[in-house]
Formats: sequence, structure tokens, C-alpha cells
Amino acid sequence: MSPLVLTLIKGAIALNVALVVAAALVYLERRISAWMQYRIGPNRVGPFGLLQPLADVLKLYTKEDIVPYNASTPFHRLAPIISIAVALSVLCVIAPASYLLLDDGTKLFIAVAPNVNVGLLFYLALSSIGVYGIVLAGWSSNNKYSLLGGLRSSAQMISYELAMGLAAVAAVMVSGSLDMNQIIASQSGGRWNIWFQPLGFLIFLVASFAETNRAPFDLPEAEPELVGGYHTEYSGMKFGLFYLAEYANMFTASAVMTTLYLGGYDMPFLPTLLGLQEGTLPRVLFELAVFVGKVSVPLFLFIWVRWTLPRFRYDQLMNLGWRVLLPLGLANIVITGAIVFFVR
Amino acid sequence: MNVTTNTRAQRMTFWEKLYLPEIAKGLALTFKTMFKPKLTRQYPEERWEPLGSYRGRPVLVLEEDGERCVACGLCSRVCPALAIEVQAGETERDKERYPVKFEINMLRCIYCGLCEEVCPEEAIVMSKDYDIVFHSQEEAIFGKDKLLVPIARLQERLEYLRQYK
Repeated sequence: MSPLVLTLIKGAIALNVALVVAAALVYLERRISAWMQYRIGPNRVGPFGLLQPLADVLKLYTKEDIVPYNASTPFHRLAPIISIAVALSVLCVIAPASYLLLDDGTKLFIAVAPNVNVGLLFYLALSSIGVYGIVLAGWSSNNKYSLLGGLRSSAQMISYELAMGLAAVAAVMVSGSLDMNQIIASQSGGRWNIWFQPLGFLIFLVASFAETNRAPFDLPEAEPELVGGYHTEYSGMKFGLFYLAEYANMFTASAVMTTLYLGGYDMPFLPTLLGLQEGTLPRVLFELAVFVGKVSVPLFLFIWVRWTLPRFRYDQLMNLGWRVLLPLGLANIVITGAIVFFVR
Repeated sequence: MNVTTNTRAQRMTFWEKLYLPEIAKGLALTFKTMFKPKLTRQYPEERWEPLGSYRGRPVLVLEEDGERCVACGLCSRVCPALAIEVQAGETERDKERYPVKFEINMLRCIYCGLCEEVCPEEAIVMSKDYDIVFHSQEEAIFGKDKLLVPIARLQERLEYLRQYK
């Protein structure tokens, strides 16, 4: 099989997995938020209400697609596409498991685009392109609330990208590579970056919340003051795409967090105890299970925090970004650099 | 200038200013709440049973030998929403009069209970029915077929009326 066909197949699988995960997250978000508010949550559609996201999507598809008068139609149409495309394309550098050793001795890597030597940069770059979708949506809707939502989101993303990048730099200094597979390999045997970079992890976590526009940083869509924010003028599946992009972003942010700080698919001692050889199918499945387990921790945290903390005020948000997280990130780099330089 | 310096924000301790312990406390609270018993009532399966004092849909009391109503028309007169229409007729029974036609327009009824209060025979009372559904305006006019309810099912309300009316 040619590498191109193989990559396309892997890409198709990753795409479908991401969409299923996004649907599952919508369900979990509604269920967990309900539990946190003494409610039961959706439990009517299918067993335990598991088919609820399917019903939601069906509803969105059958809805009328309204484009406001005087809206810039091409950009109005383009915005949700950018959002979802960016959210999904980040997936290709994420390595959910190492590799499968084929009969002829070649290694079949599980990641869609394995061993990209700029993997982490690719993620940072694409996640900042995501802001275009939101800004375009806000601007092209010809609505003041949408525009304000778009502006807020661009300012917020730029501010927090810096902190996120700085935190990632420190993690990369410890791991010594930008390649996702290498980063995970450098953390093997339980030497996860979170033990060496607790501050960096915290900064990265907070910045991830802001990057994905999730509460307490969901100012672009702050309902009480901006109606719906940048997607006020979107209906039907176009709105659905924004919604999907938010959850897909959550998934990718969690996956990157897992890769950078939680050791990716690494689980110390257990594979050797179970006698799983590297490159065999059971080992790959085991790694996939470990990865899913680790990713679900930050995912739950995303939902958990959203239903606990109130939204920040805009000046508080900017204060936190520029005057707290940025200096902390810089200090973290300096300290990490000094330790790496003198200890190694 | 009215300037206050020692504000509450300035009196926050170091740990409070750090926010993180407070955030952790909040997270712990919501996490604990996840496992608490739920308050939701699963409606169609779990129905709420009202007490005798509940004013649901007005119904006519049906005894073994027919309805109690003597078609005096007081309920129709007192009804503030003009929802009740009564037509009287003569009967061989002791009470001599009975309603040939008794209709309540449920789109007009406001569940005030004045008809029940004014009724000299305790013939029209408020029931416990609260899920009243119809698909057209014609369907919303309830005739005698829907209004007559056996007295056994209205005991609680009659008890309540005897005690408090």
C-alpha cells in the first residue's frame, strides 16, 4: 500500500473518531452539567440518552438556514468551514499510540502524520488560525454583537497564545524535541513532564481554556451581554459546525496536553508486567486505551471547570493573560533553562 | 473626594489572592454535588399526586342515581371567564330539574373555583386533573360525557370542602 493511501485511510479514521468524540462530549457535557445542578440530564433518546447528540444533529440539519440581510455571504459561509477544518486538521500530528511492526519489518505508525519534526509548532500555528473563523463569523454577520464577540475572541486568543507558547517552550526544553512522538518517547517510564513542569502545565491548561473559548474564558460568546457572540447570526448546521468545532478543539487541546505533559500513551511498568512487546497489536491497543484514559482527564476538567467558575470580566481576562501568565511563563523558561543547562 | 482605601479586595489574604485554592474549593463542591440525589421528577412516569386543596379541572359529581346538579345556573352566572353554559330540563326524580346540556369551555376556564364555591348542591367541584390536552377549539369544550366523574374519585376534595369551605 502506498504511503499516500495509507495516510488517507488513517486521516479518515481520525476524522471520524474526532466527530464521534465531539458528539460524545456534547452528551457528557449535558449529563455532567445536569449532575452538578441536581438534575438528571438527557436520558430519553436511546439507552441512557446516548443518542441525544444524534437527535440534536438531526434537528440542526432540518432547520432553516438563515443568512442575515446585508451579510457578506461568502465569508458568512466560509467562517464555520474554517473553524471546523482547523479544529480537525490539528489531529493529524497527534500520536495516540506508537507503531505496529509489520511482517516485512517496516513500522506502521498510528499517528496520521507521524514524526513531523515541527509537530508542536504545527499545532500552535493551526490553533491560532482558528481565530479567523470566529473573526470572520463576527464580521460577516453584519451584527454588532457578533462583531464584538469576534473582536474579543481575537484579542483573547492572541494574548493567551503567547502564554501557551511560552509554557510549551519550557516543556520542549525538557523533552528536547518538537516532534510529538519524540516528546512522548522522552517521557517514557513515568518521567512525565508534569512532574518537572507543574507551573508550565498550569499555564498551558489555563491558556488552553482561553484558546478553546471555554468557560471561564468564554467571552466571545458571553450570553448575558453579547446574545450569542460570534455565532448569533448562524442557524442550522452552520451553527452546528461552530458547536462541533468547539468540542473538537477541546479534544485536540486535551490530546496535546496529554502529549506534552502527561506522557502521551506511556504507562510505566504495566506493559512489561503484562508482557506486551513493542510493535505488537496488543501493545498498540493497550497504548490506545492509555491515551484515551489520559485524554479524558483534561476533557472532564474542561467540563467540570465550565460548570463551576463564573465568567471573567474582560479587563480581568487581559490582566491575567498579560500580567500574570506571561511573566510566569517567562520565569518558567528561565528556571527550566538554567536547570537543563547546569544539570545535563 | 470620597475615597475608601481599606477595601475588602485589599484585605484578601495571600492564598485568596492566588485564587487557585478557592478554585479548588469550588471544584470540590461541584464534584460532590454530582453524586447527590437528583431533584428532577421524571414526569410521565412519576406523576405528582395533588392534595385535596388542589384546584384542577372542574367536574360534575356523579352519584349512583345520576348527577347531583339541579341546573340552577349559579355557576354559569358567577363564572368570571364566562366558560360555563347550562341548559335546564325537567326530570321524574326528587330533585325535579337536571341539566340537559352542561358545557365548560376549557380554553376559557381560569380554575378560580368560584363555580364550586357558589354551588348549593356541591355538584360541581375542582378535581385533581392538571394535564388537560386538546387539539382544536371544538375539543376544548367539555360536555357532560367528560365532566361527570363518579363521587368515589372526588372524596378527598369533598372532604376538604366540608372542612374549610
